[in-house]
Amino acid sequence: MTANLSFGRILRFTLLSLGALIFLAPYIFMISTAGKAQSEIFSSSLSLIPEQWSYVENFTKALSRVSMPTLLMNGVIVCAMIFVVQIVVAIPCAYAMAKLKFRAARLMMVLVMLGLLVPIHATALPLYVAFDRLAVLNSYTALVAPFSISVFAIFLFLQFFRAIPDDLIHAARLDGMSETGIVARVVVPNAWPAITAFAIFSVVAHWNDLFWPLVVVTNQHYATPPLGLLYFRAAEAGDDYGALMAATLIITFPLVAAFLVAQKRFVEGITMTGLKG
Amino acid sequence: MSILSLRGITKSFAGNAILKGVSLEAEEGEFIALVGPSGCGKSTLLRIVAGLEHADGGEIVIGGREVSRLAAADRNVAMVFQSYALYPHLTAGQNIAVPLAMRRLSGVQRFPFVGNFLPGQRQIRADIQRQVREMASSLKIDHLLDRKPGQMSGGQRQRVALARAMVRSPSAFLMDEPLSNLDANLRVHARGEIVELHRRAGVPTLYVTHDQSEALSMADRVAVMIGGTLLQLASPKEIYDDPAHIEVARFLGQPRINVIETRMEPSGTVRFGAITLAAENPASGEVPVMLGVRPEFVRLSGTPDGMLKARVERTEFLGSEVIVHARLDAIGETIVARISPAEAAPLTAGIPVSVEIEPDRAMLFAASGERLRAQTVAFAAPLEKAHG
Repeated sequence: MTANLSFGRILRFTLLSLGALIFLAPYIFMISTAGKAQSEIFSSSLSLIPEQWSYVENFTKALSRVSMPTLLMNGVIVCAMIFVVQIVVAIPCAYAMAKLKFRAARLMMVLVMLGLLVPIHATALPLYVAFDRLAVLNSYTALVAPFSISVFAIFLFLQFFRAIPDDLIHAARLDGMSETGIVARVVVPNAWPAITAFAIFSVVAHWNDLFWPLVVVTNQHYATPPLGLLYFRAAEAGDDYGALMAATLIITFPLVAAFLVAQKRFVEGITMTGLKG
Repeated sequence: MSILSLRGITKSFAGNAILKGVSLEAEEGEFIALVGPSGCGKSTLLRIVAGLEHADGGEIVIGGREVSRLAAADRNVAMVFQSYALYPHLTAGQNIAVPLAMRRLSGVQRFPFVGNFLPGQRQIRADIQRQVREMASSLKIDHLLDRKPGQMSGGQRQRVALARAMVRSPSAFLMDEPLSNLDANLRVHARGEIVELHRRAGVPTLYVTHDQSEALSMADRVAVMIGGTLLQLASPKEIYDDPAHIEVARFLGQPRINVIETRMEPSGTVRFGAITLAAENPASGEVPVMLGVRPEFVRLSGTPDGMLKARVERTEFLGSEVIVHARLDAIGETIVARISPAEAAPLTAGIPVSVEIEPDRAMLFAASGERLRAQTVAFAAPLEKAHG
């Protein structure tokens, strides 16, 4: 190994490490701030390592002043519901568009493309009004429903299913499977890389989403983690940045942990679906 | 009684007629090979029989039952695909069990977890397992049952695919180029195995291939399809020796049949070199015709004293035989001869030869490609040399 440490190699590692450091800097600074006392945060000196370790106080504040379990639970419920509904809707839809012949297929493709172009911010107001009339504001329904049909998921699965050989589907039909059976027994078991890749996008996007929960939720009981954080800052913490950073760490931890645990499978999923970059 | 019959099957895609009324009857336990160049519609025909595509017109009768309106699953036909189409996430054993499980277990019984607690299903599952093992041992793939398709070689996958097709005792077998993904050695070996399996199953088999040697060596009858039309359906020997159409003659045989464009005199005779052919039903007036001679019936002699003079262009040595290409002086066309290495020894590129055609082996075709029945009425050349 030592023989391989040529100048070029050292240079490469240095550059990459520097890049990693730049990207990680905010998070590192967050970890550092979470351990500082109020006085130290507002002092003129800037140090990475807290002079006085206040992790315990800050985390106690973060956990006691806001109902952290409720926030995390809401995050898990909302993300899981969104993901499950998206999968249940998108997989059969993408299968039909990729492997069945029907007249509306082209029209559906156009609609999917259009759907990809319209952001949630454009439809937020009409949706808000509709949910208000239906009296479903401040509920899991309001948090989940707008995301139940993910055109991105349909598009992603469509590309993946097109690569499944027709012969495999034909063999399944001859073996006596119904179309639903084919989706459940042949397509899904072979689409794990695509499903994993989509899971990352969906869960990360909705766990971190602040915009939509801010629109439809005013009751703390239904607050998702980022929204809870916002309330925490506005109502409780004020300028108590130490506690705020501690709360943020708690909220971002599940995603970071999940990624580290399943890193290999995620990377596999993303590279196998060609969704690099 | 024919077990599988197709009557006037038509199919077109986006205005292009792919199948123009194909009819075919297969007897019980008959092996029919469907051959033709790529794009002739043979695979489409097979998929229509399987129920994977729907014909625009025509009838399909399998085992006395008109099935053209039934779904693929209800036709009880088994298909072996070129890509084998094994389920990649299941082991070989599970792959073979799928068609049985789909037939014998109800939807609820197949349901994960819940199904395991329903009465009766344990007995059925045990039965299926036993049948899978029997099938596997008869195909000598017992040791592969726990492997997934990704861990098997092409030949092993092909056997698993055959086992999956056979295990449900279908009323007809459909095979779509099942050997073309195998390497050459294995392919010849697998031919025999497939024929043997077919005999054991005793149901009609439709075997699609573009490889004429597979078709001729395996099938009871060969059907040649060209451009969406079934041109001829006959035993391998008959279809090779007595083709009904120039395209059939061209498609079967390696190297290809020699075709010489010539004219038929008003008397109904065609003269080519030393031979004279007389058509049974002469057309009125002089018409263009094609004369076909298979390369194995062309003789070349080194003494340029015959009636057809030619010059050797090149020779291909194939071990047991030599393919000689010679250009005819009179018409400038190349004629191909297939001769023994001993005969070919003196022939090198550039030397003049005389060409002789074995009598009774020349065939006449009309300009449209139809076969014209003809007799060799005279030949006037010494053939002793060629025969000796």
